[in-house]
Amino acid sequence: MSVAGGGILVSIVSASTPLLLAASGELVAEKSGVLNLGVEGMMLIGAIAGFATAHVTASAPLGVLAAAAAGAAISMIFAVLTLALLTNQIATGLALTIFGHGFAALLGARFVGIAAPTLQRLPLPLLADIPYLGPVLFDQTALGYASFAILGAIAWFLARTHAGLTLRAVGDNHDAAHAIGHPVRAIRYGAIGFGGAMAGMGGAYLSLFYSPLWSQDLTAGRGWIALALVVFSAWRPLWLLVGAYLFGGITFLSLYLQGFGVAIPSPFISMLPYVGTVAVLVLISRDRRRIRLNQPACLGQPFHAAA
Amino acid sequence: MMLRLEPRGERAALWVYGAPALALVCTVLITGAIFAILGAPPVKAIETFLLSPLDTLAGVASVLVRSAPLILIGIGLALCYRASVWNIGADGQFTVGAITGGGIALNFPHAPFALLYPAVLVAGIAGGMAYAAIVALLKLRFNASEILTSLMLTYIAQLLLVWLVTGPWRDPHGFGFPQSAMFPDAATTPDVFPGTGIHLGCLLAPLLALLVWLLMTRSTLGFQLRVLGAAPRAARYGGFSQARLTWIALLVSGGLSGLAGIIEVTGPIGQLTTSITPGYGFTAVIVAFLGRLHPVGVIFAGLLLALSYRGGDAAQISLGMPNAVTGIFQGILLFCLLGADVLILYRVRLRRRARLAPVAATERAS
Repeated sequence: MSVAGGGILVSIVSASTPLLLAASGELVAEKSGVLNLGVEGMMLIGAIAGFATAHVTASAPLGVLAAAAAGAAISMIFAVLTLALLTNQIATGLALTIFGHGFAALLGARFVGIAAPTLQRLPLPLLADIPYLGPVLFDQTALGYASFAILGAIAWFLARTHAGLTLRAVGDNHDAAHAIGHPVRAIRYGAIGFGGAMAGMGGAYLSLFYSPLWSQDLTAGRGWIALALVVFSAWRPLWLLVGAYLFGGITFLSLYLQGFGVAIPSPFISMLPYVGTVAVLVLISRDRRRIRLNQPACLGQPFHAAA
Repeated sequence: MMLRLEPRGERAALWVYGAPALALVCTVLITGAIFAILGAPPVKAIETFLLSPLDTLAGVASVLVRSAPLILIGIGLALCYRASVWNIGADGQFTVGAITGGGIALNFPHAPFALLYPAVLVAGIAGGMAYAAIVALLKLRFNASEILTSLMLTYIAQLLLVWLVTGPWRDPHGFGFPQSAMFPDAATTPDVFPGTGIHLGCLLAPLLALLVWLLMTRSTLGFQLRVLGAAPRAARYGGFSQARLTWIALLVSGGLSGLAGIIEVTGPIGQLTTSITPGYGFTAVIVAFLGRLHPVGVIFAGLLLALSYRGGDAAQISLGMPNAVTGIFQGILLFCLLGADVLILYRVRLRRRARLAPVAATERAS
């Protein structure tokens, strides 16, 4: 039991890391007032960029860097359209997902069925030997540790720094922020780019560690689940962690049930993460007051500086 | 800052229709550049992609057949987006329509056409409506984002279909393939021109588009829907029930998607399989925007995007390119279109300091 119990927790953490990475990035973008529905597309681009780079350079870490760069680069299409040309954010995000899906499939056509180096687990000496907790928290890939560190950094940045306060101000009232001289658009470019890089790394975690082979439907809706997680967290970074592990747990549960040949047909088990997402969204959103209190007030609205 | 946008203060009629044309030109140029990077001669590749499908009668017929589901779904989505209801789960409503209608077809194989076929269509429409009703209920009762719930329901519908065709509805004589038995003749969408594959749906789609156009322009309901999208506050002030309009938009859109689904499986496909849609529900989002959220525009946009599917097949066969180029073309087209739309409300100036503009910041609709 003890070994199996630890193993389950380790798997849950692995299943939740890509969600955590992508959702952390989206949280920052949304805090600046931008709703980017292109997370799924950016994850796919990151996944293939990471996989291809790791295959060519024989280095998984380089793959992760390439994935972050590719995710950020592709997010700039969205940024230019929504910030410079004031397009509708919902439609543009959707376009980014459609484009990302096609572009990743095109780039990946040569990589189907090929292996690439994978990310290695880096157990921290001594800490990894702590019973239960050790294997769960201290036997991760570098990207897994990074996901914790970045989330902590985001929480600190948003709550405790002047720059974070400015970013939140831009998300809550872009006209006022603009009036007192904050560069609204520049801040949003930065936030969108950060979101893209994080989504790209989330994709690379999938293609270089979680299911290390390229397939064009690798993300299977995880980008959308990441978007739902941001709502679940009510835009509070540390709640993202809770949400990501909840979903990691559900995803893992579905794999576990399938592995043990439970008498439920496997398509129903595969539905669990999606059903879970709907259920959680409903539970969280029904409290309209909480959503309204926490949601960045300018989320999704175009900003045009008059004069 | 290199680009400066000056509000026009009104919608430029020229660009409402000029923007899609400009977007199409840009898309062709960008796609051509991508072809060139991939090592295909760009002019020939574009020609293969956009023109070669129209060389033969069979090609034209196949574009028409592909356009039917895109137009049907696109009409409903245009209606939703006009009312700012972001249904992006049309693929799921399409799938459920195919399942409910297909279920009737499989269970009454000996019923006569005059009875069975209408029942199958009605079941398909009802299935799509019911599935969209979940989205409406969750949005209005629990405030859950329709974007996320409708999308999650799409994955769920697809898995339900997989279960049905690998489990209870699998064809016992199908050599274990994940597919249902073929539908009986009495539940098959008839061809309009025998032998071409051009079926009833290809005719029905533009007719329904015209019907919805009349509804949008000539009825109070259509007016209310348009106001809700363009000026939600005015709609509230006018006493229009936002809940009622959201229900209507989602039910109509779900019903049309369900109809598209059941026509597709009883027509071109002929049975239920695990892959009944190549993402029609998502491509129809582009159809809706390219058609200016206008039912008649949707007809032309549906034909163009149907061409892009066929073009992807052509590029794969004659140039050996992955048919993912279809997705790229579609994505770029939507990017260009959204970008070009800026010209409707703004003048674009390069590096020019704005005069002291007394114009109040125009609130950009939708």
